[in-house]
Amino acid sequence: MPHRIDLTLLPQHGNGPIWHFDLGAGRLTAFARGIQEEGGQLLALWGSDDRHLGGGFALHTAYLASVGLIWAETRLDEREPAYPDLAHIFPQADRMQRATRDLLGLRATDAQDDRKWLRHGAWGAEAFPLRKDFTSPSPEGVDAYPFVRVEGQGVHEIPVGPIHAGVIEPGHFRFSVIGDRVLKLEERLGYTHKGTEKRFEGMDVATGARLAGRVSGDSHSAFTWAYCMAVESALAATPPARALWLRALFLEIERLVNHLGDLGYLGNDVALGFGFNQFWRIKETWLRACKDHFGHRYLFDCIVPGGVARDLRPEAADTFRRLTESTRRELRELLDIYEEHAGVQDRFTGTGIVSPAIAARMGLMGLAGRASSQAWDARVQFPPPPYDELDVRMALERSGDVAARARVRGSEAMESLRLIEVILARLPAGEWARALPATDELRQGLGWVEGWRGPVIVHVRIGKDGRLDRVHPHDPSWQNWPLLELGILGNIVPDFPLINKSFNLSYSGADL
Amino acid sequence: MASHLILSKLWKTGIVSEPPPEADPSLLAEVRALNGEILRVFGRAVVVRHVDAGSCNGCELEIHALNGPHYNIEGIGVKFAASPRHADVLLVTGPCTANLETALRRTFEATPDPKWVVALGECAATGGLFGESYASRGRIANVVPVDVVVPGCPPEPRQILAGILAAVQTEPRRGA
Repeated sequence: MPHRIDLTLLPQHGNGPIWHFDLGAGRLTAFARGIQEEGGQLLALWGSDDRHLGGGFALHTAYLASVGLIWAETRLDEREPAYPDLAHIFPQADRMQRATRDLLGLRATDAQDDRKWLRHGAWGAEAFPLRKDFTSPSPEGVDAYPFVRVEGQGVHEIPVGPIHAGVIEPGHFRFSVIGDRVLKLEERLGYTHKGTEKRFEGMDVATGARLAGRVSGDSHSAFTWAYCMAVESALAATPPARALWLRALFLEIERLVNHLGDLGYLGNDVALGFGFNQFWRIKETWLRACKDHFGHRYLFDCIVPGGVARDLRPEAADTFRRLTESTRRELRELLDIYEEHAGVQDRFTGTGIVSPAIAARMGLMGLAGRASSQAWDARVQFPPPPYDELDVRMALERSGDVAARARVRGSEAMESLRLIEVILARLPAGEWARALPATDELRQGLGWVEGWRGPVIVHVRIGKDGRLDRVHPHDPSWQNWPLLELGILGNIVPDFPLINKSFNLSYSGADL
Repeated sequence: MASHLILSKLWKTGIVSEPPPEADPSLLAEVRALNGEILRVFGRAVVVRHVDAGSCNGCELEIHALNGPHYNIEGIGVKFAASPRHADVLLVTGPCTANLETALRRTFEATPDPKWVVALGECAATGGLFGESYASRGRIANVVPVDVVVPGCPPEPRQILAGILAAVQTEPRRGA
C-alpha cells in the first residue's frame, strides 16, 4: 500500500474482495490520500454510536481500490467525536460528512462546508437521532439554509421544488441564471428523510431485509441483496448456489427494466413520445412476467436472508427466454432509431457534459461514471458469485454527455439480456434457501452489489439478542448528485429535465 | 431515415391499450354515496397532481407505468398536471416526512375546491414500514384529509386507476 502503512486486512466471510480493518484517526488522512494517489475512490462514509458496546463512536469509510473494497473503522472519542476532514481529498465526502454530523454528532474538523444537510427543521442542532440515547426530537420550527448566492448584473435565481412539476421525488434546486444559461445550480436534498437508519434498530433480521429493499424502491433487489450479503457475512453463512444465481437473475431484470424505463423517458424529454411508448410497452411485458412467475412486478421481497423466497419454475424459464429474445430484437431496432434520429441526437449530444477528469476528481460512480470513462463495475472487477462465472462485459463511453449515458444504458440493457439468458441456461439445481445460524454475540458484515445505478453498500451489525443494532445503506446517488450540479453548467434551463433524467438519481436512497 | 423506421415500428406494434378498470368503491376512506350527477356533468375528465410526501420511489414506478401505452389513461380522460392549481385530485405517496409536512399542506391548500385526496400505497395508507418517528408523520391522513386509500407496495397501475375513478365519483370535499 502507499505511504507504507502497515495493514492487517481481514477478508470478509464469503466475499473475497471486501476487506475490513481498524484505522487510527491519526492515520485517516494519510490512508485516504494513499488510496487517492493509487487511483481509488471513497465510496461511502458513515458513523456508528458504539458507546453501549464500550467503544465510544466510530467513523466508517469504504474505499474502492485495486484490491477491492476496503472498509475502515476509526474509533472516535466519546466526549469529542471528531475526525480530520476528508472532503479536501475526496470531494464526495462533503455531504456524507455533513449528514454524519446531523445524525450522530461526529464532526469533521477543518471541513470547508459545515452546513447542515439532512437536518431541516425537525430536530435541533444538538440532538442526534442515531445516538442510542436519542429520545424525542425538539423541532426547530424554522429551517434556515444559507444557499450560495451568485451576484452580478443580470443574474437571477430560479427556485424549484421541493414538490416538482413531474412525477418525480421531492428536492430543491436553486438555479442562478443569466438569460436561460445556468451559472450555478445548488441542490438542497433531505426532504424524503424518513429516519430509515433509526428504524432498522431493534428490528429482526428478516424484517430488516424488507426495509432495506425500500431504501430506494427502484433498486430493491440491489439493496436487499447487499443487505443479505452483509447479514450472511456477519453470521458466516453461505446461501445455496441456486439462490445466488436467482439473486443475479433478479438484479439483472431490475437493471434491464430501469434502463428500459429511462431510455423511454429520455425520448419523452426530447419530444419523442414514440420512444416513451415503445420502451414502456416492453418494460410492462417484463413487469407482468415478473408478477406471473415471481409474484411481484418489481420482485419485491424475493431476496431474503439465507437465499431467495421464490424459485424459478421450468415454464417461467421458457417465458423469460422468449421475452429475452424478443426484447433483444426490439431493443436493437429502437436504439438504432435513437442513433438515427436527428432531433434526438441534436438534444443528446454535447448536453450535460461531465468530463472524465471531473468525474475522476469527484468520484462519479456507476452507469453515469462509466459514461465518463470511470471504468468501475463490481460485476466485472470484483465479481461476487455467480458473476465470477458470467464474464460480464463493461459498457464504457467517454463523452460524458446525455448521449453517452443513454448509450451506456443501451449497452448494459443488452448485456443484461445476455446474462439473463446465461443464468436461465446454467441455473444450478438444488435448494434455494437455507436457515441462518443463530448468534449470541455481536456480529457485523458489509454487502456490496453493483446495482443498476451503481455500487450499493449495506453495513449490518447484529446485536447479542439477534436483532439489528446498526444498519447503514449507501446509494451511489450520494456521490453522483454533485456531478449533476456540474453537468448543467453552461447549459440552458430547458435542458435540465433531460440532463437530470440522464443521471436519474435517487432522492430517497440518499435522504434515508 | 428515422421516420421510416418509426412508421414501420408503429405499424408492427399495433395498439396495445387495454380497457380501463371499473371504479372500486371499496377503496373509499369512508362510506359515501356515488354521485351520478358529477359523472353526468364532467364525464370522467379528471386532472391529477402527484405529490411524493417521502416515498421510497416504488409507488412512482407504478404511476409512471400507468402513463404507459397499456393503460391509455388520457383516452379515458385522466390527465396528470404539473401544478396543484390545475388539479382535481392529489395523488399522495409515501409516509409524510417531517421535512415535507409543510410542502404537503401547502400543496393541499393550493389545490382549488372541489378536490379529492387519494393516499397511494402502503406507507400513505398506514405509514408502512417507516411508521411514525422523529422524521416521519406516518400515514397521509395524519397531515391532510384523505378520501380514498389504495393499499399495496406498490399498488399496481389498474388499482391506482380504480382508486382515482372511485374518488371522482363521490361528492367532493369543500373547504376542508
